[in-house]
Amino acid sequence: MLTALKQKFRTWAFRRTVETGTVTLTQRSIFIVPTRQGFALAFVLVLMLLGDINYNLSLGYVLTFLLTMVAVMSMLHAFRNLAHIEIRAGRADPVFSGETAHFLLHFNNRSKLPRYQLCLAQTGESFRAAVNGTLSFDAPALQDTEIAFPVTATRRGWLQTGRLTLYTRFPLGLFYAWSYLHFDTRCLVYPEPMSGAPLPSGNSPEGAGKRSITGDDDFAGLRKYIAGDALPRIDWKAYARERGLQVKQFTTPLGEELWLDISDAPDRTEEEKLSRMTRWVLDAEMQGLRYGLRLPDGELPGSNGIAHRDECLRRIALFNLPQAGQ
Amino acid sequence: MQRTLFLLNAPHPGHLPPAGEGIYAPSFTAMNKALTYGLLLSVLMVIAPHADHLPLWVSALCSALLLWRAWLTYSGDPLPKRWLLMLLTFAGTAGIFIEFRTLFGREAGVTLLMLLAALKFMELRAARDAMVLVYLACFIIITNFFYSQSIPTALYLLVTLIVIVTTWIHLQAQSIALKQRLRIAAILLMQAIPLMLILFVLFPRVEGPLWGLPQDAFASSGLDEEMSPGSLSRLSLSDAVAFRVNYADKVPLRNQMYWRGPVLWEFDGRTWTPGITTLTKTPEFTGLDQQIDYTVTLEPHNKKWLFALDMPDNVSVPATISYDFRLLNKEPVNKRLRYVARSNLVYRANLQEAAQQIKRALKLPMQFNPRAQQLAAGWRSAGKDGAEIVGIALSYFRQQGFQYTLEPPLLGVNSVDDFLFETRQGFCEHYASSFVFLMRAANVPARVVTGYLGGEFNDYGNYYIVRQSDAHAWAEVWLAGQGWVRVDPTGAIAPARLQGSLSASLPNNAALPFMARNPPQWLRDLRLNWDTLANQWNQWVLGYDSERQFAFLTRLGMESITWQKIALNMMAGVGLVIALFALFMLRHLFARERDKVQAAWLKLCRKLAKAGLPRAAHEGAQDYAARIAAARPELADAMRDLAARYGALRYGALSDERAQLEFIRLIEKFPSLI
Repeated sequence: MLTALKQKFRTWAFRRTVETGTVTLTQRSIFIVPTRQGFALAFVLVLMLLGDINYNLSLGYVLTFLLTMVAVMSMLHAFRNLAHIEIRAGRADPVFSGETAHFLLHFNNRSKLPRYQLCLAQTGESFRAAVNGTLSFDAPALQDTEIAFPVTATRRGWLQTGRLTLYTRFPLGLFYAWSYLHFDTRCLVYPEPMSGAPLPSGNSPEGAGKRSITGDDDFAGLRKYIAGDALPRIDWKAYARERGLQVKQFTTPLGEELWLDISDAPDRTEEEKLSRMTRWVLDAEMQGLRYGLRLPDGELPGSNGIAHRDECLRRIALFNLPQAGQ
Repeated sequence: MQRTLFLLNAPHPGHLPPAGEGIYAPSFTAMNKALTYGLLLSVLMVIAPHADHLPLWVSALCSALLLWRAWLTYSGDPLPKRWLLMLLTFAGTAGIFIEFRTLFGREAGVTLLMLLAALKFMELRAARDAMVLVYLACFIIITNFFYSQSIPTALYLLVTLIVIVTTWIHLQAQSIALKQRLRIAAILLMQAIPLMLILFVLFPRVEGPLWGLPQDAFASSGLDEEMSPGSLSRLSLSDAVAFRVNYADKVPLRNQMYWRGPVLWEFDGRTWTPGITTLTKTPEFTGLDQQIDYTVTLEPHNKKWLFALDMPDNVSVPATISYDFRLLNKEPVNKRLRYVARSNLVYRANLQEAAQQIKRALKLPMQFNPRAQQLAAGWRSAGKDGAEIVGIALSYFRQQGFQYTLEPPLLGVNSVDDFLFETRQGFCEHYASSFVFLMRAANVPARVVTGYLGGEFNDYGNYYIVRQSDAHAWAEVWLAGQGWVRVDPTGAIAPARLQGSLSASLPNNAALPFMARNPPQWLRDLRLNWDTLANQWNQWVLGYDSERQFAFLTRLGMESITWQKIALNMMAGVGLVIALFALFMLRHLFARERDKVQAAWLKLCRKLAKAGLPRAAHEGAQDYAARIAAARPELADAMRDLAARYGALRYGALSDERAQLEFIRLIEKFPSLI
């Protein structure tokens, strides 16, 4: 009963909408409560005050009041430590299921006041953040600090951070100031690539596959880096010579297309099939094959390249998910 | 503004936690070395002032433990095993119990607290332990005030507090550099000081004690209730202040500044004691004249008596005047006490003395000092009256080569005989004692009075300082028709003692405290200035009690003071100051920086509008600039530049302060077009 009431109160008091743009922390969005240490200090201060009264220690009064007021002022400092930070959600690059997704968040501190010991965690059951899984960082003055908030991806599809708690106990640990952040950033999670799943060879002519497994011989030139290009393709030597990021291009092998069809997957469950498909796409791309994707809800014509690979993976990741959009 | 370029799958520089450590919670990080050293310094600083009253072995043990911990931190060796700590704790506690015979009470409690703080270091592992140490350090500060509440103590402890708060911040945020931590600690304390002052002045003062005040609550030094050879000369070596006096208008002559303390009636051949009387009569004063009004601020001495000039007839605190004219407080004076009193320098006291008292004033231990008794018997048989016998005795002291010294030779069983006929060197207690003995032997009722004589005038603070070194003993004889009359035999040997300070009446090599000798003038001035400050401190800071609070608030104009009203005012005051601080601290955060840019841009638009080129409501900066450039080609370059800057500052990534200032400066410089 009480728990239900508490829950109701929280939902009402801390109601927040999901943010899309930039959030600026204002008075209304920052909450503050004393910590256990704060209560402990209050207890110590009461003891000290009793001692002062009993022994008529004037300097004792001075000390007790000074510490009390340091504690009170620390509340203001804790609040200020969060106040007026602009937070913007950045990208979250796709990951495979089982990996850790990193949601980029920009903490823009426009003031001349450095912010210390900001902590970011997923909001737990209580209004306080879960203790484990907390990321802590500083936001120096007049800087935009980029934070990669890690979330473990467990399932394919869209992954979100859920409601995050940004909190601080700075400067004395006596007060817990926090604010909720809820961005609509999504991270695409591909199925985990199955290990030991060779490419289907049935519908692919022997020669076509072999011929395309070529090395640097077919190097065709360089082009500018586009976000999403595979790391091994980057010409690091050129990068070291400060020519910027360049990607090596290879000749598109000629030959017939390799069709990656979900019905070719021998697995029993759909998830396993999708996992195998993921592996196929990765291998086909790695080997420089020309491949197409065939799923019950449609197919992608044969092609090759990073963009094609990503589109294939995306189709696989979102296949048959109720939320699948875009 | 800095932005970090992140590459897909490239190793993330900067803010990602290192791979091994992964995600971590900030409050449970391992103790780092600098933090441990900070804690060690904090605790060392709060324990250090206790060194002079802790048992030596406790000081040694605490230092050893702190040093050991410092070494372990330095070398990175593991902390001692649990059983060893248990053993040390047990042994230490047992040691304290043996030393003090208890674990409670002030001395034992404080000692135990020190030991536990030092031992706590040995299991300092997590942030939680560090927090306990920080709180403990704060608590130990307060125990220092049992022993000293002087200005230097207060300043020292303020420095200690900065160290503690700096360490405290370090505990929360280990990434901050020392200088920055010090700065934050100093800011916190600076902000807290005005708030503390409000609380200090307005917090409703409750008169302690709340529970039975332990008898050992306050250290005391000062006059004792008994006098034996050497007791006053020992006191004379102390520079400590006994009390301070403000005379309202008239100041008595120095040789009339007799501050009356315990009156001693009974003599056992060596020691004078007050004795016991069942008499509860009130004293009778007649012929009172030459009133003196003054305020005394008495240092706590843990005894009931108050000091007043002879003879007091009015005092502001509830005290009684005993039958032998002592001023007695209701409670032992265990905190600084301020009282206003009125005395009459001319008086006749107890003209009709009770027979019982006369008998007490004549009692002698007959078995001691036969030669002195013989001498006095001679005077009595010559048929002299009381006043004449007093005169004979004084001239005896004057003529027989007596010396006034702080270091008299030791006396035997017949102390009066030895002094009068053998050594003839003594301090005031020797003279008072032997004089009263002679009087009683000569059948003149007499008694010993102890107290203070004179005092040092502080012309910076316009008050007199009476120190322990001003302690004095004199005699009172009862003469028919005159009552009790003060006789100071010391005056017969060292008249200078009555006129000036002790040093003037003693040979130069005497082992007097430094300041009681004749210091150079500048040092005296410094000393007096310092005492003036200390006096203000005592009056206003340490002596700030409910009475002072009431008086002070009345002077501030508060009417019909109740504690509810004071508390309400206090909360309002604190709230107001905190609100001001909040405003000051948050104002610059919430002030939008880009507004300056906007304001400058609008100013430019106004300039152009005056020249007949107003900006249309729908027009963006670039379009406007293009239109102006077309209309006034001579402004084209400047306009395009400004529009580009404006766009970058307002909508782009640029929030550099220098760029803003440059933009504003350019607009100021923009030619007026009319």
